[in-house]
Amino acid sequence: MSVKPSSVSGLRKELSPYELADRVRAGDRFALARLLTEVENDTSTGRQAMDRLYTETGGAHRIGVTGAPGTGKSSLVNQLARLYRRERPGFTPRRVAIVAVDPSSPFTGGALLGDRVRMRDLTGDPGIFIRSMASRGALGGLARSTAAVVQVFDAAGFDVVLIETVGAGQAEVDIAALAHTTLVVEAPGLGDDIQAIKAGILEIADILVVNKADRPGAEHTLRSLQMMLEMANPGEKLYLHPNCPLPPLPPEEITPIPSAEPENNPASIRWTVPVLATVATVSTGVELLFQVILDHEAYLHASGEWQRREWSRLQSELGTLLQSSLVARWRESVSEERYRSVLRSLAGRQVSPYQAVSSLMDPEEKAWMRTQMRDADA
Amino acid sequence: MEQRTIRVLVAKPGLDGHDRGAKVISRALRDAGMEVIYTGLRQTPEMIAEAALQEDVDVVGLSILSGAHMALVPRVLEQLKINGLDHVRIFVGGIIPEKDAASLLSMGVTGVYGPGTTMASVVTDVRQAVLGERVA
Repeated sequence: MSVKPSSVSGLRKELSPYELADRVRAGDRFALARLLTEVENDTSTGRQAMDRLYTETGGAHRIGVTGAPGTGKSSLVNQLARLYRRERPGFTPRRVAIVAVDPSSPFTGGALLGDRVRMRDLTGDPGIFIRSMASRGALGGLARSTAAVVQVFDAAGFDVVLIETVGAGQAEVDIAALAHTTLVVEAPGLGDDIQAIKAGILEIADILVVNKADRPGAEHTLRSLQMMLEMANPGEKLYLHPNCPLPPLPPEEITPIPSAEPENNPASIRWTVPVLATVATVSTGVELLFQVILDHEAYLHASGEWQRREWSRLQSELGTLLQSSLVARWRESVSEERYRSVLRSLAGRQVSPYQAVSSLMDPEEKAWMRTQMRDADA
Repeated sequence: MEQRTIRVLVAKPGLDGHDRGAKVISRALRDAGMEVIYTGLRQTPEMIAEAALQEDVDVVGLSILSGAHMALVPRVLEQLKINGLDHVRIFVGGIIPEKDAASLLSMGVTGVYGPGTTMASVVTDVRQAVLGERVA
């Protein structure tokens, strides 16, 4: 049996950038959801609304949670969100946004976003907002617009943004560029101690978590990771951003927030990456993990590291935006016909890829003319 | 206007524990290029409406095999309305008697599907319900 759809009714009402910005500022969850969509799709409405909201960003603590598929990232995020919402002596509950990224199909572009399944405890709390995102072809473990979506939550006054990446292998390290604090989640039985000293995902951890620590082999995993950290050189760690034309923030521009203990001089404060064991499904070890995240946040402020990370992230973001808008502007100046003709000579092995590029970059189209003439002669 | 990716929330309200149908339909919609937010078993109408709001979906698909559809669907519709989501299309799949299907449609459900429905027809109907009105 199948009953055919009834006639359509009720349009999706579009909101203006001003309306979106004002309503998001006022705490309207409907407008927030809508703005997230606009920003995710990189529409001009979304951009204009963010132009109005950008000055209100900068307050949120961005926490990245990454690791292989099935290590328990969603369950950990669920537990951490609950702890941020719980009142206790000396801690005021904070508003928590969750951005959960899952992969898009490389063939159809479709996606199954299943992270909410593990976060059912969080419903009904107005201080929590969960948004699922598809990676839409990006390969670094996040979607291209994840940073922008996180910024919307920041502007909307969320104190903490938990960002859960796509189940990551070894090189999906984009999260380290976006997050202030990066958790790398491992589970027992996923590889020997050589895996532990490889470059890539383990390196980006500010905090290493071995989840499912009640499983056999957990001791071994904890030991391998601990060993890896002991071998590591405890030097400066600043993410190498692509598209960074300038050096990192000069030290004289960093103004660390003074620590409560005066003997802690900012230059001497060091963060030692801890390895923590958790069982997220039964909340074992999660309380300690939460405390360590708060410690890391305090460390970032006290050492000036927060500012340095913000600076290099914004620098890279600006570089990326500049690049894409320059490409877009250039693309407008080149006719489709010319582009196709250069592509054709490239495919016909008449020009090399580098020659094709310089011919396309040539404003006077001389190179293009030459190709055209050669085509005519042939 | 650029064609937005269709976002669908698939939920199982109520207490029955058979989610194979919900998974099959989620997979089919995924393969049709849609972004499917799967929420899992035993969702309350409030949970469904909250997830639909946060995820800004175009469509909510409800899978109900318990026979409680006449109790659950109106509550989901009501909760969606409270959240200002009048534009969201509701599709119901499950074991739904013909008579009930008709009254669900009259309540504002967009489509009702039972055993034997082809995935292709659901995909077409969802596409038409979301994109059809935009073209018109």
